Amino acid sequence: MKKFVLTTTALALCAAVSTTAFAGATLNDVKKKGFVQCGVTTGLPGFSGPDEKGNWTGLDVDTCRAVAAAVFGDAQKVKFTPLTAKERFTALQSGEIDVLSRNTTWTLTRDSSLGLNFAGVNYYDGQGFLVSKNLGVKSALELDGASFCIQAGTTTELNLADYFRANGMSYTPITFDSSDETVKAFGAGRCDALTSDQSQLYALRIKLKNPGSAMVLPEIISKEPLGPVVRQGDDEWFNIVRWSLFAMLNAEEYGVTSKNVDKMAASSKDPNVLRLLGQSGIKGKGLGLSDTWAASIIKQVGNYGEMFERNVGQASALKISRGLNALWSKGGIQYAPPIR
Amino acid sequence: MSADPLSGAAPAKAALWRRPVFRSTVFQVLLILGVVAIANYLFTNTLHNLEQRGISTGFGFLSMEAGFGILQTLIPYDETYTFGRTFLVGLLNTLLVSGLGIFLATLIGFVMGVARLSSNWLIARIATVYIEIFRNIPLLLQILFWYFAVLQPLPQPRQSLDLGGMFFLNNRGFYLPAPVFEAGFNLVWIALAIAVVVVFFMARWARRRQEETGQQFHTVYVSLAILFGLPLLVFLAAGTPLTWELPALKGFNFKGGVTIIPELMALLTALSIYTGAFIAEAVRSGILAVSHGQTEAAYAVGLRPSVTLRLVIIPQALRVIIPQLTSQFLNLTKNSSLATAVGYPDLVAVFAGTTLNQTGQAVEVIAMTMGVYLTISLTISTFMNWYNKKKQLVER
Amino acid sequence: MNVQKQPGPDLPPPASSVGVIGWLRKNLFSSAPNTVLTLVAGYLIYITLVPAFQWAFLNADWVGDSREACDSGGACWVFVAVRFDQFMYGFYPEAEYWRINLAFGLLIALMVPLFIEKFSRKGMLAAFILIVYPVIAYYLFSGGAFGLVHVETSLWGGLSLTLVLAGVGIVAALPIGIVLALGRRSGMPIVRAVSVVFIEFWRGVPLITVLFMSSVMLPLFLPEGTHFDKLLRAMIGIVMFQSAYMAEVVRGGLQAIPKGQYEAAQALGLSYWKTMGLIVLPQALKLVIPGIVNTFIALFKDTTLVLIIGLFDLLATIQSAFSDPNWLGYSVEGYVFAAATFWIFCFSMSRYSQALERKLHTGHAR
Repeated sequence: MKKFVLTTTALALCAAVSTTAFAGATLNDVKKKGFVQCGVTTGLPGFSGPDEKGNWTGLDVDTCRAVAAAVFGDAQKVKFTPLTAKERFTALQSGEIDVLSRNTTWTLTRDSSLGLNFAGVNYYDGQGFLVSKNLGVKSALELDGASFCIQAGTTTELNLADYFRANGMSYTPITFDSSDETVKAFGAGRCDALTSDQSQLYALRIKLKNPGSAMVLPEIISKEPLGPVVRQGDDEWFNIVRWSLFAMLNAEEYGVTSKNVDKMAASSKDPNVLRLLGQSGIKGKGLGLSDTWAASIIKQVGNYGEMFERNVGQASALKISRGLNALWSKGGIQYAPPIR
Repeated sequence: MSADPLSGAAPAKAALWRRPVFRSTVFQVLLILGVVAIANYLFTNTLHNLEQRGISTGFGFLSMEAGFGILQTLIPYDETYTFGRTFLVGLLNTLLVSGLGIFLATLIGFVMGVARLSSNWLIARIATVYIEIFRNIPLLLQILFWYFAVLQPLPQPRQSLDLGGMFFLNNRGFYLPAPVFEAGFNLVWIALAIAVVVVFFMARWARRRQEETGQQFHTVYVSLAILFGLPLLVFLAAGTPLTWELPALKGFNFKGGVTIIPELMALLTALSIYTGAFIAEAVRSGILAVSHGQTEAAYAVGLRPSVTLRLVIIPQALRVIIPQLTSQFLNLTKNSSLATAVGYPDLVAVFAGTTLNQTGQAVEVIAMTMGVYLTISLTISTFMNWYNKKKQLVER
Repeated sequence: MNVQKQPGPDLPPPASSVGVIGWLRKNLFSSAPNTVLTLVAGYLIYITLVPAFQWAFLNADWVGDSREACDSGGACWVFVAVRFDQFMYGFYPEAEYWRINLAFGLLIALMVPLFIEKFSRKGMLAAFILIVYPVIAYYLFSGGAFGLVHVETSLWGGLSLTLVLAGVGIVAALPIGIVLALGRRSGMPIVRAVSVVFIEFWRGVPLITVLFMSSVMLPLFLPEGTHFDKLLRAMIGIVMFQSAYMAEVVRGGLQAIPKGQYEAAQALGLSYWKTMGLIVLPQALKLVIPGIVNTFIALFKDTTLVLIIGLFDLLATIQSAFSDPNWLGYSVEGYVFAAATFWIFCFSMSRYSQALERKLHTGHAR
């Protein structure tokens, strides 16, 4: 009878296996499934989160949509897996998701020993502190002995330890699984300060009952380049994700937007634009995609600037200025290699 | 079967595949092969996948520097310690909350179980309502509720509730004075050890004397006197080598003393109230299982109700209660892993959470975590089985 | 002839031992300590229940569609009312709600005859519910056939997801549990060992780690490129976990069947499977129905843990509603609503199981 169970289990498993791809062929696998499986947060305003209807929006979500647009010519062919910070790498390593776009910081350990590759940076961030105004603190250096609400399994946890060690101060960490819980505990007075990437602090402050009662301190204690991550060992897929991001940056640089992309493709004289939109040059061959891969991204998701403004910039509730994330030509450090 | 069922030789003539021994052997061999094949399949897949994706393997990570802080540590720890140390820290935190939880849940459970059978209508009703409410609401919900319900109304550190300048309560925790043992205190520990040994032998002697002569001895009072008196005398003779470290507000928070963090309070409250409701049910059913004639007989020989309960009912009820109690203790230990929902740094939160995430070695970390819970479970159930056997009715 | 003296009529009991006063004396004030207990308990009830009642009912706001409607200082049930559909159906498309309603309505309609004493085909009906109904329910929920729109499992949520998880968990765990229980009582040492190890393993580890494994690690153990649904994986984890508990419940039933039943069946020349299938299991399973219901209650409560792996069951849906900027600060209402919902389900099931236990007790008391 035991054998019976085992054989049935084995059969059930085989039946459940919808596709079996060969090593390193994430693209084939994705094409066969018909969608990109993308790992995102469980909810972080501006970066990724479901609205009341269950539609996902945000900067990280749009990064995944761009990949879907490049592969399928349809930005809707993407499914989202909400993950906590603790689960994210295991989910990517195990192959449950094809790309992780979950405000994840690029570090040496993650790039090397976790079996992951960072495909680029879609947001340059740095760690900051959110404190209650009535604490009367003006600088992070005055926070000796304070307690901090942090999200578990992040670089934030490590940076905080480094910063306090470097400055010879003591601290108490209180770690939670999700950013929602950290802000809830901060709101309840469990900790003196909430620490996270600065972009998130603004996003989380909206979730306080009285957002005006808290302020973000000026210090930034770390470099946090956030970007999409893929599994190591599949260069084809790595290139697709990396260049989906670069295409959006190039589009902003050349002034191609979701509104004018069709007109530009038809009438532009700029060879850079024509190469970007698949009218001349290498087109989609190198990536194994259709010639209009970049045009689909720009048409359906927009260029980097549009994506930024819509989700976290002036057109959003967060109102974050471009800062480091402005194009290199406009004082920032967002820089994409040329498409040629 | 075609063979004549009456002939003794029939089984020998039966076809090979019809013989029970043959069939069971074949079946078992197939089973082993199946289990091995599946295990092998999963193992090779995992190895292949790990290698393919360039994920580090092995337990080398345990000696790497952890680099993150932990809220509550029972042993010395800071971010310069290793990932192996985080495992120990998490494990001890799990054991702490499980141990305290088991103690409190048993206490609540026994009180409520007896209360439910109380002759006082109001008390019995309250116990029933308590059991029916807390048994039927998911534990996770209760933990979240206690955490945010306990946290919200408590004051900030600067407005702490001050109890005699020694105890402080605020939304960062409950602060108690910590004992500081000085050099001579070892003598007190030795005195306590001696007292325990003395009491042990005295109790044996008293029991034997009662069995032989029927004379009773005030074991409880004398034991208590020895247990407290001897160490106290030594303590005073050694010049009271003990001071108290009082918690004091320094900067943002209290420093010094012992802190009970709100995460522990909430988790402990939820675990012991939830499990207590189940234990109360077990206690009630155990007491009801003791025949009413026992109570009547005890009353008839003139025992008071409290003595009846203590000497007649509970010892017999325990036989019914203990197996159920064991499984509740096991559940409580496993349920303590829900700590991760409120940020209490138990094994799952610290090791299977942060450490897993910083090292990315899910297979090793999860295997170690599961191993710990399996070990705890097997230990508790072995101990309880042994205890159960000791308490079992010895039929002559 | 004996002249019997007629005894006079009994005197009525003293006024202090009958009626309300008598009852009070007997049950609340029988002795000094009891009186103290009663008074203390009464006071505690007074100081906790009265404000709670005021908060939940008297001062509560029931109607409205925004937080402005909540101004009377009590509970804001408007929050629950506004989000009610989401709490029930998660992100399931609104136009398709009827499918969930139909699936649960059908289940209730099928279950009703099981509770009618005179209905004689209970076995057939139970088999139908356990085997055919899940197929119907699957197509109703998921669609993709018979002209129904396909609804992805990532959109399932709320109370309906909780019920689906618990339902699938129990239905799938039952057969595996039976096999494991038989294995544990088998005469073949290896079969017994494998069953024991399997059962003790799953009973010894916390459900959280099982769910974590099934939700993010399972693909690591399977050939590359293997995909299956996150919900399905969570279900596999729950079923494995639950089947071990189910096995122990069934084993209890098997142990309660007198040895004579086995021996009689063997004497009739029945094979192992016939002995089990026709004689032992029908009796044993009937005995353990209360145990199965209790396991189901435990499972029903345990499904809340899926929120930790990012599935939106009732509790997770309610929690996610807390972070809606328009409705901040109403977590207590949300938790109370969740608690009440779970309580109603679990309490009624536990009452049912107790009633069953009493009913079944008579026939099999040994």
